Amino acid sequence: MSEQINLSPKDFKSDQEVRWCAGCGDHAVLNAVHKSMADLGLPKEKYVVISGIGCSSRFPYYMNTYAMHSIHGRAAAISSGVKVANPELNVWMITGDGDSMAIGGNHFIHVVRRNVNINILLFNNQIYGLTKGQYSPTSLEGQVTKTSPYGTIEPPFHPGELVIGAQGKFFARSIDNNVKLCTKIFTEAAQFKGASVVEILQNCVIYNDKAHGYLTDKAHKADRQLILEHGKPLIYGKEKNKGIILDGLQLKTVTLGENGVTESDILVHDAHNKNPLLHLMLATMPQPELPVALGIIREVQTRTYDEKLVEQMEIVKEGSKIKSMKDLLHSGNTWQV
Amino acid sequence: MTDNKEQIKELEEVVIRFSGDSGDGMQLTGALFSDTSAHLGNDLATFPDYPAEIRAPQGTIGGVSGFQIHFGQSEVNTPGDFADVLVAMNPAALKANLKWIKRGSTIIIDIDSFTEKNFEKAGYEKDPLEQMGFHDFNIIKAPISTLTRESLKSLNLDTKSILRSKNMFALGMVYWLFHRPLEFTQKFIENKFKKIPVIVEANKIVLKAGYYYAETIEALHPSYRVAPAQIKKGTYRNINGNIATAWGLIAAAEKANLNLFVGSYPITPATEILQELSKRKDLGVKSFQAEDEIAGICTAIGASFAGHLAVTTTSGPGLSLKTEAIGLAIITELPLVIVNVQRGGPSTGLPTKTEQSDLMQALFGRHGESPLVVIAASSPSNCFNYAFESARIALEHMTPVILLTDGFLANGSEPWRIPDMEALPRIAAPIVKEGTEDFQPYRRLNEDMVRGWAIPGTKGFEHRLGGLEKMAVTGAVSYVPENHQVMTYEREKKINQVVNSIPDINVLGEQEGELLLIGWGGTYGHLYTAYRELTKAGHKLGFAHFNYIKPLPANTHEVLKRYKKLLVCELNLGQFANYLRLNFQDLEFNQYNKIQGLPFTIIELKEQILKTLEEK
Repeated sequence: MSEQINLSPKDFKSDQEVRWCAGCGDHAVLNAVHKSMADLGLPKEKYVVISGIGCSSRFPYYMNTYAMHSIHGRAAAISSGVKVANPELNVWMITGDGDSMAIGGNHFIHVVRRNVNINILLFNNQIYGLTKGQYSPTSLEGQVTKTSPYGTIEPPFHPGELVIGAQGKFFARSIDNNVKLCTKIFTEAAQFKGASVVEILQNCVIYNDKAHGYLTDKAHKADRQLILEHGKPLIYGKEKNKGIILDGLQLKTVTLGENGVTESDILVHDAHNKNPLLHLMLATMPQPELPVALGIIREVQTRTYDEKLVEQMEIVKEGSKIKSMKDLLHSGNTWQV
Repeated sequence: MTDNKEQIKELEEVVIRFSGDSGDGMQLTGALFSDTSAHLGNDLATFPDYPAEIRAPQGTIGGVSGFQIHFGQSEVNTPGDFADVLVAMNPAALKANLKWIKRGSTIIIDIDSFTEKNFEKAGYEKDPLEQMGFHDFNIIKAPISTLTRESLKSLNLDTKSILRSKNMFALGMVYWLFHRPLEFTQKFIENKFKKIPVIVEANKIVLKAGYYYAETIEALHPSYRVAPAQIKKGTYRNINGNIATAWGLIAAAEKANLNLFVGSYPITPATEILQELSKRKDLGVKSFQAEDEIAGICTAIGASFAGHLAVTTTSGPGLSLKTEAIGLAIITELPLVIVNVQRGGPSTGLPTKTEQSDLMQALFGRHGESPLVVIAASSPSNCFNYAFESARIALEHMTPVILLTDGFLANGSEPWRIPDMEALPRIAAPIVKEGTEDFQPYRRLNEDMVRGWAIPGTKGFEHRLGGLEKMAVTGAVSYVPENHQVMTYEREKKINQVVNSIPDINVLGEQEGELLLIGWGGTYGHLYTAYRELTKAGHKLGFAHFNYIKPLPANTHEVLKRYKKLLVCELNLGQFANYLRLNFQDLEFNQYNKIQGLPFTIIELKEQILKTLEEK
């Protein structure tokens, strides 16, 4: 990261008219990305935004950076190519639950496993929007959609579980109506060295409205959202009196002050723990017994693919007698005629 | 070495086929013989013929692995139709190769492996040597296994290591037969096994044991000599098509002053290109072994966007998987080289065999109007030149290019005069430099319709590419009907304009008249040899071989119409013939096709050409 630059969010807006539906969660996420890029302080030309196919994947057209709207499911591979070619670039990948959990599932798990240093924003609206309302791999079992008129009979993927299963080092969750949280998480994800996955719970106002309504319901959201912070106890609720404890191998909600429970009994969030077990439990907490975890669930710094490649290339270059194509042509077994 | 001059016969050219179980080391044996012959100044061509299975059941026909080498004192362009010498390490190898050897040829067998059990595995009811027909051959029954074991008695090696070196015994015998020195192979062994001195010693002992055994037995007299060929002065090395392809790409990156990126997934027979490029981190090559074929090309597209010379390498099934992404490279007008090493299809087909049946896929196998450049290499060594050309055209014309090679070129090797890097042209990609006044992603820079390449990281030229149709010049998303037509024409014209930077088609022999023999890609050596032999025999014909497929050279039509008959020979059902028909509807084409996973033979080509000449 070189020079600090003062740019404002609007510097990152392109001149293209934004074509998402009115009320779509994508608008807010776009604003958060513009804000986050301005906060990061990099010059515009250092950002590259790559998307696949789907509603959210129109994103690059609304960015005044280098960007590519690619083909369905392949953004992870294209982003990997960009980053490997030029590790100086700050690469953002925009994808959805269809793009990365279905058609691009293979690329998704491998970019996470390799730990290529890119920022993945996974818009999860649990539906196929651009094709007008078919179920996705994250749709809830039983969900009625145009291709599941009698309800789906498939258990859904939980992106967090998939990321951790693929040895992911960074997983966070946010929600489209909390621009402040989105901006904060995006910035941290961009600063994280490695593949960072941010699942954005996003509302499709047309085909799956209020899919995350349980969480966004104003009357209850404080009791249903647990916003994690590394090093802080897992306390939430309107009265800030609910907490999470580990009971055997289960997470459990308790109320502070009841049955002698004090703050010292509450689990403290350790996003940096290499062991992913608790992170997995936090990412998959069942409702209504437990809240939905938002914020950075896992953040474990290790070496990145692009870093290791650069280093390996330097070592090989140093130790090799072959410095040019000419050297290679004349290496090994040759003879004169 | 003992003097055996009196019993030496001079030969013009010889074809040897080494064959055995796929674990017998026949590929190495063949390669070592080739190296020695090349060092001695012979021209040569080789052809490995191996099964798809890594270790098919031992002793069976399915497990036979062969390596054919054709060397001579004049120009050699093919690995030869039929062998003069066959080395058969077991009965299955004998059975599998009988139809590929000449009558009267010498067959060296490991008699130790000619047992009841092995007859059965090979599908022989009894000892084949007792059957009719074999008296036409000079059969050398050498107890190779026994003598190998015998010669290594003092080394205290395990049985497996001992039997593994029996290929050296056979090689030693063949060296004596053709009067070749052992030193090149000895040096190779010393290098290859330098960490295990006992293996070096064992291999050298067995090699010599084979050599002296051959000298001792009467049956192998006389021995033969093949004098060096008259070849152009220079520094030479042996090279196969896959290595030449990899090197051509590295050379192009150097000449373009760009980094090379390869994103690929292993697939036979293309894998070796990825392997070779993976070794070349010392030359700045970034290799990415992707999770699948699609990720292979997509990482390459990403690297191309980011300013690298980007390449993906594959074979037929992989090309099918990449087609959607090729469309993205076409609409984003990014430079990309797609190497397709063709093999027998459809589906998994014949993965280790050669064919030319992906031509239509390369030309048309995409949705939408999606033109690109198609180039084909025609010899193992000129894979270097055409890989270089593919990269040059991709970069200078901002387009994906498909380079077609095939299993025959990929694995076949020949001596190659090392090119002078200074003599290769510089490649100038239309990179937009910082400080240029104004950049529009789809503004055409010249009459070749090339757009500028603004690379991420360049200040002031931030722009969006993508799969949606773009407005001419500005590159904004556009659904305007007329604009789609404009852009479709622009993409088509851009590819057609490449014709201005490729050479005319050159005809050998008769420049007009009765018959033009036409080929493309990997069949060059066979077609050329057939043409040369017929011309020598007094027949009149021309021969045109195509490397530039789309666009075709500018003079193609003018050349073709000078002949009464056009004969297109290819290893498919007539894909190039049909492509020519599509382009030149006023002309009539005859075709000769072979779809056996094997190269043409000279004999069948000559027969077909003569037949076409005679037809009224």
